[in-house]
Amino acid sequence: MSEVLSAASAFINVGERTNVTGSAKFRKLITAGDYAAALDVAREQVANGAQILDVNMDEGLLDSEKAMITFLNLLAAEPEIARVPIMVDSSKWSVIEAGLKCVQGKAIVNSISMKEGEEAFRAQAEKVRRYGAAVVVMAFDEKGQADTYQRKTEICARAYRILTQEIGFPAEDIVFDPNIFAIATGIEEHNNYGVDFIEATRWIRTNLPHAHVSGGVSNLSFSFRGNEPVRAAMHSVFLYHAIAAGMDMGIVNAGALPVYDDIEPELRMLCEDVVLNRRPDAAERLLEAAVRYRDQGGAREEAELEWRSWPVEKRLEHALVAGITEFIEGDTEEARQRAKRPLDVIEGPLMAGMNVVGDLFGAGKMFLPQVVKSARVMKQAVAYLMPFMEAEKAANGGEGMSANGRILLATVKGDVHDIGKNIVGVVLQCNNYEVIDLGVMVPAAKILETARERKVDMIGLSGLITPSLDEMCHVAAEMEREGFDVPLLIGGATTSRVHTAVKINPNYHRGQTVHVLDASRAVGVASNLLGEGKGAFVTSVRDEYVKIAEGHARTLADKKRITLAEARADRLPVDWTGYEPPVPTFLGTKAFPDYPIAELVRTIDWTPFFSTWEIKGTYPLLLDDPKVGPAARSLFEDAQNMLRRMIEEKWLKASGVIGFWPANAIGDDIQLYDETGGERAMFYSLRQQIARSTDKRHHVALADFVAPKETGLADYVGGFAVTAGIGEDAVAERFARANDDYSKILSQALADRLAESFAEHLHQRVRREFWGYAPDEALTEEDLIRERYRGIRPAPGYPAQPDHTEKRTLFDLLDAEAATGIKLTESYAMWPGSSVSGLYFSHPESHYFGVGRIEQDQVEDYAKRKGWSLAEAERWLAPILNYEPVARAAAE
Amino acid sequence: MTLPTSPTLARLNALAAKRILVLDGAMGTMIQTLRLREEDFRGTRFADWKTDLRGNNDLLVLTKPDAIRQFHLDYLRAGADIVETNTFSSTTIAQADYGMEALAYEMNVAGAQLAREACDIMERATPDRPRFVAGAIGPTNRTASISRDVNDPGARAVTFDELAAAYGEAARGLIDGGADIILVETIFDTLNAKAAVFALEQVFAEKGRRLPVMISGTITDLSGRTLSGQTPTAFWYSLRHARPFSIGLNCALGAKEMRAHIAELSRVADTLICAYPNAGLPNEFGEYDESPEAMAALVGEFARSGLVNIVGGCCGTTPAHIQALADAVDGVAPRKVPQVEPKMRLSGLEPFELVA
Repeated sequence: MSEVLSAASAFINVGERTNVTGSAKFRKLITAGDYAAALDVAREQVANGAQILDVNMDEGLLDSEKAMITFLNLLAAEPEIARVPIMVDSSKWSVIEAGLKCVQGKAIVNSISMKEGEEAFRAQAEKVRRYGAAVVVMAFDEKGQADTYQRKTEICARAYRILTQEIGFPAEDIVFDPNIFAIATGIEEHNNYGVDFIEATRWIRTNLPHAHVSGGVSNLSFSFRGNEPVRAAMHSVFLYHAIAAGMDMGIVNAGALPVYDDIEPELRMLCEDVVLNRRPDAAERLLEAAVRYRDQGGAREEAELEWRSWPVEKRLEHALVAGITEFIEGDTEEARQRAKRPLDVIEGPLMAGMNVVGDLFGAGKMFLPQVVKSARVMKQAVAYLMPFMEAEKAANGGEGMSANGRILLATVKGDVHDIGKNIVGVVLQCNNYEVIDLGVMVPAAKILETARERKVDMIGLSGLITPSLDEMCHVAAEMEREGFDVPLLIGGATTSRVHTAVKINPNYHRGQTVHVLDASRAVGVASNLLGEGKGAFVTSVRDEYVKIAEGHARTLADKKRITLAEARADRLPVDWTGYEPPVPTFLGTKAFPDYPIAELVRTIDWTPFFSTWEIKGTYPLLLDDPKVGPAARSLFEDAQNMLRRMIEEKWLKASGVIGFWPANAIGDDIQLYDETGGERAMFYSLRQQIARSTDKRHHVALADFVAPKETGLADYVGGFAVTAGIGEDAVAERFARANDDYSKILSQALADRLAESFAEHLHQRVRREFWGYAPDEALTEEDLIRERYRGIRPAPGYPAQPDHTEKRTLFDLLDAEAATGIKLTESYAMWPGSSVSGLYFSHPESHYFGVGRIEQDQVEDYAKRKGWSLAEAERWLAPILNYEPVARAAAE
Repeated sequence: MTLPTSPTLARLNALAAKRILVLDGAMGTMIQTLRLREEDFRGTRFADWKTDLRGNNDLLVLTKPDAIRQFHLDYLRAGADIVETNTFSSTTIAQADYGMEALAYEMNVAGAQLAREACDIMERATPDRPRFVAGAIGPTNRTASISRDVNDPGARAVTFDELAAAYGEAARGLIDGGADIILVETIFDTLNAKAAVFALEQVFAEKGRRLPVMISGTITDLSGRTLSGQTPTAFWYSLRHARPFSIGLNCALGAKEMRAHIAELSRVADTLICAYPNAGLPNEFGEYDESPEAMAALVGEFARSGLVNIVGGCCGTTPAHIQALADAVDGVAPRKVPQVEPKMRLSGLEPFELVA
C-alpha cells in the first residue's frame, strides 16, 4: 500500500478485485462459472493485505443473487479468505439480502440510500440491523445523487437521524458515501466537486458522531482516462486532502498510487489546483500539461488486452515472452491452420519467440523463473501440435523436429537432488535442444547405455552431496573405458571448476569435461560444444583446466596444516567445572508422524529459495530490487499460492523423529550410552587442522561441545531426521505430465524449503520443550534464520562434519527409516530429497564451523577409529583432503 | 422500531448488579440417571409412534413432565437463579429426526411451563428471591455456513431462512409457555445464531415486547475457535447487534480450557458474561467426571478474577455441581461491564476494528 494510504493508518482501502463491475478478469471468471479461479482472486487479495473483501456480482447477464450466494458459500470454506469481513456490494437490495444470509461474520452492506424514498430506506436499514451488518449509505435521495456540499450534508444528516433515532442503528456502523464525481471535465459546475466532497466529509465527521466516510476514488479523474500517471497523481492529491478531512474508507487502486511527496512538484501543484478548485483555468492547465506526463507504457490493463488483437505470430511471441498459457492452444491452432505443416509452427513463430526469450535472458533482461514459465508455454504449444505431427507422419512419413542437439541429463547414482538439473533441462529445451532426462540415482551403466542407444551429443551429470563427486569421476572413467568422446557437462551444488579440472577431467581424455556453474550458462556451453567454434572452445577449456590443476597443486603446497597432535592440543578450551549439562525431558526417540505443514510456513527461509532460481540477494530486500524485484515478486506470489494449495490439498506429508542419548566425548569422538550406562554407539568427529598465523581461534571438532568422559559429567547429545517430501515425487510427476516444468520445479523448491523449515521448527521445540534448556526463548523469524540461539544442529556431510557416512549411525539410533520413511542411498543421500538430518548439541559454546582440509595424519587416525582402510577413508573424505591420494587408491 | 422491553430485564439487571447469578446444570445428565426405556419416552400418547423415540430427551416434557419439573426444582434448590427449559432440540429441524416437526411448538410451550411451575413453587417459598426461566434454543443439527459434503464446499444442508423459521417457531412456543428469557446456546456456527437473532426480532415484534436474550457460543476444541472457525471476539462482533443481556460460552470444554476464551469475551463485550462449562473434558469412557469441588474451584477463580456475571454448568454437571458453584461465587463481586468506545467493529473469522 502506498504511503498516502499507510500514513493515515486509519484509512481502510477496500479492494475491488472480486467486483465484477470493477475487474474485467473477475467478471470473466464469474460469467464462465470458474469459481475456483475466482476464489484464487479473493485469496490473493487477502494475502496481499486486503482488510475487507468487496464482493459485487452486478452483471446484467448473471443471476446476481445466485452468483452472490454461490461465491460467498464457497468462500466460507476457505479460512484464509474468510478471516476478513465481507462487503456485500450490490445496487439491488435482493442481492444484498441474499448475501447477508450467507455470512457468519459481521459484514458491511454497500449500499442503501433514500433513492426510493424514506420508507424503502427505513425497511432496508431495519433489515440490515437485524442481519447484524454495518452499512454504507449513499448520499442519494428521491431527487437524485447529491452533488453539492449543501445536498451532500443535508441528505447525510437526514439519513443519520432516521438510522440512529428511528431504527436504533449504531452510529459507528454507518458509513456515508457522499459521492466522488469527475472533475476537470470542462463543465464549470463540475469544478468544485472535489472540494464539495472534501468539505462534506469534514462536516460529517464533525457533526454526525461516530459515522464514517467512504468513496470510490477512480471517478474523480474520469476525464483523464488513458493517462494513468496523471490519474494516479490526482487520486493521490485528492486522498491526501480527503483523508485529512476525515475520509476513512475508500475504493482505491492502491498499487498505482504515487506517494504524495514524490509527485513531480509541477504536476502536484496542477492536480492540487484542480482538486481544490483553486483557479478557474486549473482544468485547462492540467489538460495541457497532461500530455507531457502520459505514461510510455500506457494504461497497463489496456495494454494487457491489446496484445490479443495482434497477428498470431506476434501473439505467440508475446505469450512466450510473458509466460502466458491462457490462450496458447487457441493461438497455436490458429497458427497451425495457416501453416502448411504443424512443424512449421514450431520452427517458425514458436522458435522465433523462444529466440527472443533466449536473447532477453542472455542480456540479463529476463530471469530464470520467467524463462521457465516461457518454457511451459512452449511445451504446451508443442504438446498441442504433437498429435497433428504424428498424424502427418503416419500419412506420409514426414520428418520430426530438428533440434540443435540431443543432451542426456542425469543425477548420479546415490544422489536424489534434481531441482538444478530440472532447471538446466528446461533452459536447454527452451533453446531447442532435445533433452533426455533420466532422473535421479542413475547408475553409470544406465547413463552410458542410453547415451549410446539414443546417440546423444552430450551428457550432463548433476549431484548435490559430496559423495556424488566421486561418482562423477567414476562415470567419466567409464566413458573413457567404453570409448565415448561426447562432451561431459558437470553441475550441481558441490561441484566446482577446480574439482572438475583436477579430479574429473583427468579421467576422460577422449572427450571434454566442462563444469557449468549455473543454469544460465548451460546454453552457452552447449552451443559452444556443438557449434562450429567447438575446437577453439575445447582448447580454451583444456588450457584453463591445466592452469587450474597446476594452481591447485600450488595452493595445496601453500595451505599449511598443523599436525593432528598440535590441533588436539589446541581444542576448544571449555571450562567444564561447575557446568551442569541440561537434561533432556526424555531419552530415546520421539516421532512426529504427519506433522502439520501449515506450522512450518512461518519459519521458511526464503533467501535460498530465490537462489535456487538464480535470483541473488537477501529476502525480503530482493523483492524491491529494481532489477530482479518484479521477477522475484511474481515468483514469490506463485510460491505463496502453491504453498497454500499444498497445505489445503495436502500434497505433501511431513514426518520427523528426534532422539536424545547420554553421551561423553572421548578424544575426538562422542560415545553414546544406553540408559543403563552401556555403550550404545559412537559419533566420530573431525578436527580443524588449518595453520593460522594471526588469529587466535582454536582448532575445533564437534566432540569439543560434549563433556569429556573424564569430567564425570552426565552430558547428552541429540539427533533428528525430518522430511517434508513424502509425496513430492508424485506432485512433480503430475506437473511433468501436464507439461508444466515451472510448477514442478516450484513444488520441489518449496518442499525443500519446508524440510529446512521443519528442521528449524523442531530445533526450536527441542530447545524450548524437549531438551528444554531455553524454555523462554523468544526469537523472531529473522533471529531463527540468523541462528541467534543456543545450541546447534550440524548435519553429517556438511562443513562441521563432512563425513556423510555418519548419517548411518544417526539413522540407526533414530530408527529413522521406520519413523519417517526417509531412506539413505548408497552415497548416504536422503530420499525423499526434501529431508534434513543432523545432531543436536546444547552447550552454550557450541557453534557452526567448517573442518576445512585435513592432513593425512588425521585421515589415518580417523580410518583407524572408524575401522576403515585408509583408501576407504580417503574416498569418503576426498573433498577435504589436503593432499593427493591418487597413487595409493589405485594400488588397493 | 423500538419495542418495550419486558420488565424482567430490569429485575435481572438489578440483581446482576449486586451479585453473580447462577444458571442451572445439565438436564441430559439428570435424565440419564433415570435409565429410561423406549416405552418411558413414548408414554401413552406416542405408544404407536412410527419411529424409535428413545433419546428424544425433549419429548419428556410431554411424556414425563413430573420428572423434568423435579429436575428443575433440584437445580433451583441447589441455588440456581435461572433454569433452562428442556427444549434444546425442540426445533422443527432437530425434531425431524423423529418425525415430530409438528410437535415442536407444543414441546416449547410445555417445556417453558414446567420450568415456570418449578420457579413458582420456589418463589412461593422464598418470595424475595425471584427465579427465572430461560427458554433454551439449541443450534439444531444443521449448519448454515459449513458444507456436509467435502467435495462440494458450497453446498448447504439448511438455509438461513429455514433456520429462522424453525427458531421463530421455537421462540413463540417458549414465550407463550412463559419463558422470561430466551437463551440461544451451544452455538457452533455463528450464522445459525444470526438466523436465530433475526427470527427473535421478528417474534418480539409480533408479541409487542422484547425479552432479554442470552447468547452462548461453543468453542469446540483447543484451537480456540467455534466449529465454523471464528475467534471469540469475532463471534461477539457478529452477534452484538442482538444487544444480548449476556454473551458467553458453554459446552465442549471444561472450565480450565474455557478460561482464556471467557477472559477474551470479558475484555471485549460490553454486556454481561455467562460461562457454563462442562464438568471437565470427557474421560476415556466419554464421561464427564470433574467433581463439584474441582469445578467450583476453577469457576470460583473466574469470579474472583472479575471475568463473569453468570455461571452454571453444561454436560456432566449435577445439582451438586451447581450448589458448589453457587457457594463458590457467593459474595464475590460480579464483573463490571466495561465501557467500550463506539467504533466500527466487523468480523470474518477474525475480528476487525476500524481505528478511526
